[in-house]
Formats: sequence, structure tokens, C-alpha cells
Amino acid sequence: MSEVRFHGRGGQGVVTTSKILANAFVRTGQFGASFPMFGFERRGAPVTAFGRFSDRPVKEKTQIYNPNILVVLDPSQKHSSAVFDGLLPGGMLLLNDKKNSGDIRHENLRKLAVVDANGIALEEIGLPIPNTVVVGAFAKMSGLLDIEPVLEALADFFSGKKLDANKVCAKRGFEEVATVDL
Amino acid sequence: MNATATSSNIKVITGNAAAAIAAKLARPEVVAAYPITPQTEVIEQISSFHASGDMDCELITVEGENSAMNAVMAASLAGARVFTASSSWGLVFMYDAVLATAGARAPVVMVNVNRETPGIIAVSSGQQDMISTRDAGWIFLIAENCQEILDLVLQAYRLAEDYDIQLPVMVHYDGFFLSYLSEGVDIPEQETVDQFLSVLESQPRRTVLRPGEKLGVGTHGILGGYMELRHKHVTAMERSKAKFDAIDQEFADIFGRSYGGQLEEYRTEDADMVLLGSGSMCGTIKSVIDEQRDKGNRIGLVKIRMYRPFPHQALVKALKGKKAIGVVDRSLAFGFDGGPIYTELKAFETRLGGAKLVSFIDGIANTDITKTNVEKMIRMTQDLADGKDVPEVTWVSYPEANKDRGGK
Repeated sequence: MSEVRFHGRGGQGVVTTSKILANAFVRTGQFGASFPMFGFERRGAPVTAFGRFSDRPVKEKTQIYNPNILVVLDPSQKHSSAVFDGLLPGGMLLLNDKKNSGDIRHENLRKLAVVDANGIALEEIGLPIPNTVVVGAFAKMSGLLDIEPVLEALADFFSGKKLDANKVCAKRGFEEVATVDL
Repeated sequence: MNATATSSNIKVITGNAAAAIAAKLARPEVVAAYPITPQTEVIEQISSFHASGDMDCELITVEGENSAMNAVMAASLAGARVFTASSSWGLVFMYDAVLATAGARAPVVMVNVNRETPGIIAVSSGQQDMISTRDAGWIFLIAENCQEILDLVLQAYRLAEDYDIQLPVMVHYDGFFLSYLSEGVDIPEQETVDQFLSVLESQPRRTVLRPGEKLGVGTHGILGGYMELRHKHVTAMERSKAKFDAIDQEFADIFGRSYGGQLEEYRTEDADMVLLGSGSMCGTIKSVIDEQRDKGNRIGLVKIRMYRPFPHQALVKALKGKKAIGVVDRSLAFGFDGGPIYTELKAFETRLGGAKLVSFIDGIANTDITKTNVEKMIRMTQDLADGKDVPEVTWVSYPEANKDRGGK
């Protein structure tokens, strides 16, 4: 089972990122559970969400304290100790940032993937909402999903032109994410 | 790994959406409700189904919960199938009507999204709202996950409207932990649900209010027959136990999912010690049991699915002969050395074949019942089984409470 913690800010679609991925996993016959950290959500405030993805039913109903994958949608949190709290050895980090700044280190971090999700989202949907780029990048970085179920999952969240544009976002996230081993 | 997409009707939805979809599938004729965190999404979804024409019901957007319950009670007494939903303070605000609905034997079905109720205004999960209304005269059912929310709401209609029962049913599920959790839920076809509920149509028609006809409903203390009506209420409650087991079995035949009726027993068969829990915590407990079973630790879980009437016969059957039982409560009972469910089970201790009992209080006000906490409860219950000294009650996430009880 993959235990994933998502960090971002209200308005970036942090919770939706986790929901889209759970949806995509279920489409492949696997299992997914997604939920927000409990508290009040406000635009601009730090937001945390959780995702459990597995080939077996997910029974746990608790928050995630020891993630093996981190997804950071807000670049300003990339050095936050709260982000890395409890990361398991061999951990992965997917970061939304313009480029790999080369200064992200953690003793348990083994794989770092960077995608300019804000930039791609601005080009494709005209808004700096990075989440649909991030779900595509997640599929590529984790190796747990093909892009197709991710694209199919988006149809449960968008329709019409918005769906088409967000599908392009996810595809570009999948293709343009740059992964390095640490 | 990358399997192809399946063709089943599994959708990733929240617990609240599962409740709303179940209500839609049951085809209620009247829905009246008022929003409250963490239930609001249930009402939003139903409003959306109603607006799009997917739900053909009278939707009454009342000015408060008290009116919501009065509206569905009256509609139910006039013969309608009804639905409402609330939580915490909303349940408190409709409390007199909750009592009246039970006294009138109106087969109302509602969901209550469990949330704390103490005056320190906790917008957080806990079962105190359920415990504080436990003897209102309603049947109380409790769900563990999003699928079970959907399934229990459907089962609730069969139970409430059964000619031999005719009692209101409240389906409880943990706020936050389930209301906002998105996971895969198998959404049944409308025709299958219609088939499951059609049994009710073949039963005798219950007495309903009709314009122009005189009929008294509800209990009225100044009239004769009060004791008789109260006793009938008690016996109908008692009948609902076996009825619920039978409905669960029938549900399994039609939908392919069985939960065990009043209780779900998880890996208890050869278990020396078990935890007794309810609601979303049971999923986490199961995951810890799975891990510990792999190491040869013979432990199990008994999950309470029907809480009112208290399923003591089924509990005695499931728990008799175990060495030790740890009861996990998500609420308080004042004046007792332990949580409410623990205290209630204590009344049947002499029938448990010498099993020792211990009480755990956890999960209050969104306190997460973590795997670490569950491991601690299992360790202490194991110590009790091994004859070691264990405090009768432990606040698992608040060690300060345990200092004067000999705990650590």
C-alpha cells in the first residue's frame, strides 16, 4: 500500500488531487481512499490531504503519519519540516516548482520529481491551479498508474472544454515531470 | 499492476454522497432537512438530485432541524416514505420531535453524522450525540465505511417500514472520518433496490392518517394504555434484532454483501482476546489485527452494527469464552468507570464465561484512533488475558487521565 500525503494551500485543489488519484486507482481495479486533514479550509491557508492506494482493500480510517510518498503543490512549503515529518526510508517527493532548485534533501528521500504544474496550468487552463498536472506527474513518478485511468478519472470532475484542457494538463504532467534519484 | 478498467458500477464517493445516493435509491416521497457540518453535503447532493429531476420527492427546505423532524414525522404518519439527515446540535435541536416520532411509531429513516455535542463547541467527530439520544426509542445502526453507509440506509428502510417493526431508524456514521472520506462504493442498480424494498409492498398496509378520518397517534400519558404502548415499543425493538439479521441475509443474497446483521465478527473464531468497537475505528482495528495475525497473535474484532436495541444476546454469543475483551468507546458515561458501551456490556458480564473486560476511551473530538493506539489497546487487553494488572479504564490519547488509575 502507498500512503501519500499532499501539502498545498486552499484554492490549489489539494483535496481534489487526492480524490482524482483514488478515482484513477479504483478504475484499474485497485483500491483508493482519499480524505482531507480535519479542520477549516480557507483559500490561501495551508491544506493537507491524504491518500491510500493499494491492490488490496484499504481498511484504515486514520490520518497518515508515515507516508512513503509526498506531494507538494505549494513550492513555498518545499523546505518545511512539517512536509517531511514521518517520511519513511526510500521515500519519494513530487514537487510543483519551476525547476529543481537542487537543495531539497532529507535523509529518507530517495526520489525527487519536479514539474512546473503552475506554468503548465496557466498555459492550458489560464489559471495557476496545479492539481490536474500533478495527478499526471504522480502517475509517471510513482509508476503505479498509466496515464489512461487518470484521464478517465478527470471525467468525474470536469466536463466539456474544461475536461479537455485538464486532460492536456495531466498528459503534460505525465510527459514533462523530471525525476532524479537522490 | 496496471490492470484494465473494470466495468462495475464502483464510484469513488464520500460517505455523505453514499448516504444521499442511498436515499435517492430508496425513492422517498418526502425529504425535509437543514444543513449542519459535517452533514451538509448530504443535503446538497439531495437538493441537486431533486433539481435535476433524478429524485422525485417533496423536498422541504425547512428553517431548522426541529421542523425537519416534525415534517418527516407527519409525512410518515400520512403514509409517505421519508428521509432526513442531521448531526450533533441539529439532532439536539430536533430532540423533542425525535422522541415524538418514536412514540408515534413513525417509520422515519435518517442519517446522523456523528459529531461531538458538549458545549465546548467541538466541530469534530465523536459519538456523544448518538449516546445522548440512545434511549429515544429509535433503532440505531452504525456504519464502518462508505459502502456500509449506503447499504445500511437501504437496510434501514426494510427495518423501519416492516409491518412487524414500525419504528424509526437512525443510521450513524462518524463525521469527518467517514463524511469526507472518498473511497470506492459499489452503487446498486435502481431495479435491484426496488426489488429489495418491494417486500414491504406485499405486507399489510400500516395505519395512516387520512383527511376527514379521526385517528389518534403517539402516546398520551393521561389516557389509558400508556404502559401497553411502551411495552409494545420495547417488544417491537426486541423483534427488530432477528429481523435485522434476516434483512442482512436477504441483502447478501441480492447484493452480494453480508455484514453479519447485529454484529460483524472479524477473525474472532480462534481468538483468545477481542476488541469490541463501532464505526470507522473498526477499519483501523481490522488493519492492525491483520498485521498481528501475520505474527501469530490470535486476536479479533466484534463490531457493533446495531446499537439500539442493545444486541446483548448476540454479544454474549460472540464473546462468551474469550479470555479478555477490550471495549473501545468514543463517548462518555458520567459516573461510570468506563465508556457507555463498556458499561452496558458489563451488565452481561456474568454470562460471558469468565471473560475479563477493560474499557478504552479514545477518538473524542477528532482524536485520531491511530494504529499505534489500537496496538496499545491490544497489548493491554492481552496483558489482562495473561492475568496481569490492567487499569479498568484507559484514556488512550490522554495519559493525564490515567495517573490516578494506576495507568501509565
